[in-house]
Amino acid sequence: MTSAVSFKQVSRHFGSVRAVDAVDLDIAPGEFFAMLGPSGSGKTTCLRLIAGFEQPTAGSISIFGERAEGVPPYRRNVNTVFQDYALFPHLNVLDNVAYGLMVKGVGRVERLKAAEEALSLVRLPGYGARRPGQLSGGQRQRVALARALVNQPKVLLLDEPLGALDLKLRENMQEELKSLQKVLGITFVFVTHDQGEALSMADRVAVFNDGRIMQVGTPEDIYQRPRTRFVADFVGSSNVLPPDFVQRYSGQHRWGSLRPESIRVSGATSGDGVAARLVGTNYLGATTRLALDADGLRLHAMVPAGTALPAEGEAVMLTFNREHLHLMDESA
Amino acid sequence: MTIAAVQSKPVPAILPGNGGMRGALSDLLWRRPILLLLLMLLPPLLWLGIVYIGSLFALLLQSFFSIDEFSGLINREFTLKTYGDLFQAANLDIILRTVTMAALVTLASAVIAFPIAYYAARYARGRWKALFYLGVMLPLWSSYLVKIYAWKLILAKEGILTWLLGKLGLLWLLEAWLSLPIVGGNSLSVSFTGTFIVFVYVWLPFMILPVQAALERVPGNLVEASSDLGASPGQTFRNVLFPLALPGIVAGSIFTFSLTLGDYIIPQIIGTSRLFIGQAVYSQQGTAGNIPLAAAFTVVPIVIMGFYLWGAKRLGAFDAL
Repeated sequence: MTSAVSFKQVSRHFGSVRAVDAVDLDIAPGEFFAMLGPSGSGKTTCLRLIAGFEQPTAGSISIFGERAEGVPPYRRNVNTVFQDYALFPHLNVLDNVAYGLMVKGVGRVERLKAAEEALSLVRLPGYGARRPGQLSGGQRQRVALARALVNQPKVLLLDEPLGALDLKLRENMQEELKSLQKVLGITFVFVTHDQGEALSMADRVAVFNDGRIMQVGTPEDIYQRPRTRFVADFVGSSNVLPPDFVQRYSGQHRWGSLRPESIRVSGATSGDGVAARLVGTNYLGATTRLALDADGLRLHAMVPAGTALPAEGEAVMLTFNREHLHLMDESA
Repeated sequence: MTIAAVQSKPVPAILPGNGGMRGALSDLLWRRPILLLLLMLLPPLLWLGIVYIGSLFALLLQSFFSIDEFSGLINREFTLKTYGDLFQAANLDIILRTVTMAALVTLASAVIAFPIAYYAARYARGRWKALFYLGVMLPLWSSYLVKIYAWKLILAKEGILTWLLGKLGLLWLLEAWLSLPIVGGNSLSVSFTGTFIVFVYVWLPFMILPVQAALERVPGNLVEASSDLGASPGQTFRNVLFPLALPGIVAGSIFTFSLTLGDYIIPQIIGTSRLFIGQAVYSQQGTAGNIPLAAAFTVVPIVIMGFYLWGAKRLGAFDAL
């Protein structure tokens, strides 16, 4: 089966900066694919390479089996939802949505009908006459989505589309995007720096750092079985354990990762476990995050709210199931 | 000293005023911001209201007077006779000639200015941007008259342009152009073409700067979004860049259009002996002593600009503001 998007040893260098460095990537048709990474990790440049705004310095890109290098953005059947939406301020909402059809020469009546349908798809029917400036951030985001979807792209690119929305709206939009993608069956490529967003929405996630892909896998893979210290730390802020520490519990001299929710904290001062001192507590609502100091090793534990907690500064005992301790590929 | 030591000295919650007239004055202005606004606006309002609007009003008033053709004295009775004089064939000619020239100069300025402004707004950074501003502004720093006389030499029959075209073997092109009616003449410096070239040269900065400012405000990702949605570069220009730059082009054209309508020095030094509005005003109020007709002529550009702005607004030129 041909991939929706395929990168073969793709690099994009800006002078001496390697924004994207020898990336191999295959995105399956109909997949919801997330590119996750900190800012400057190359994920947005990858998206721009697919859209055609950037050309690779080396390597080859194909979209549904067709070579894409040297093809300008306006001849790619790929559409983008921009980070700050990029709606045309001089056009009303309906003309914004119909823009892609207008430049393709679709007649006025037909394109406005299609635009109206796209607006109801994103649950903004009847908003066509307004100007983008009169809409809220969430509404603008939906218009940007409708404007891209009306062209029936083979691949839809989303560049941190939920970044500017408040938490409640963001959670709603996550669910909506996910169900929209299921209904339409279009390949979605979603760029985000928010690991929660990537894990909750994507079928597969690629974790980027320094222009390279650190790991590609299902959200569960990425979360439960991080391959490197970077992935463990970036996705879900896992406790990264040094080889000497890991050797005591697993017998192998390798870096390990232990999720904060896998650590149990008790006030006992003797018995099995890791002796530590409680340094600080952060109340997060449903859970409480504890900062712990185990003989110089800084650890975090997540306990359900309502658990009786020792006072800050007190000695505690940490326990965990051996199978929760994940060994990473990276050796010492 | 520790924080505790600093805090041991009691500090009042409300600090005492620093005393004196100045302290009291700044407190008063803080409490009454309207007063400050009034103080700041009064001088410019007086200037604009009395000197500027006042003299314009006096001008308007004069245009409704008429001149007694026998005695040459001004008859201070309200009449529309002077405006009627504007529609005499000779005067109508002057108006049409000036308006046509202003429109052509504006169009040419816009066409030349756009690529320069686009480059400056989109690509020039740091040193190149400074060079752009310098290049655009530098001609404005030297005397207007010096520039015009320099152009007279450049465009003269023995001038550098004729010499250069001769070297390039293109003299036939120049001669063919000069043999055309209306735009032609003995040499470029005594033709409407010469007047046109110098007008465009002199007013071009006034077009480039507002267009550049308008393009600067167009986010780069709108161009990308247009391209992403399938628009070719030409379509992106027509559907996104041009409409968003239009307020800047209109602002620039107000300068180039009205400056050309009112100028009387360029057509006098470079061009034919046929008059433009500015020259007509100059000669009517000077040698001819016909102040009412001069005033009526002056009202023409104002009325034309009024219609121009009204039309531009109707066409939606300011919608993107």
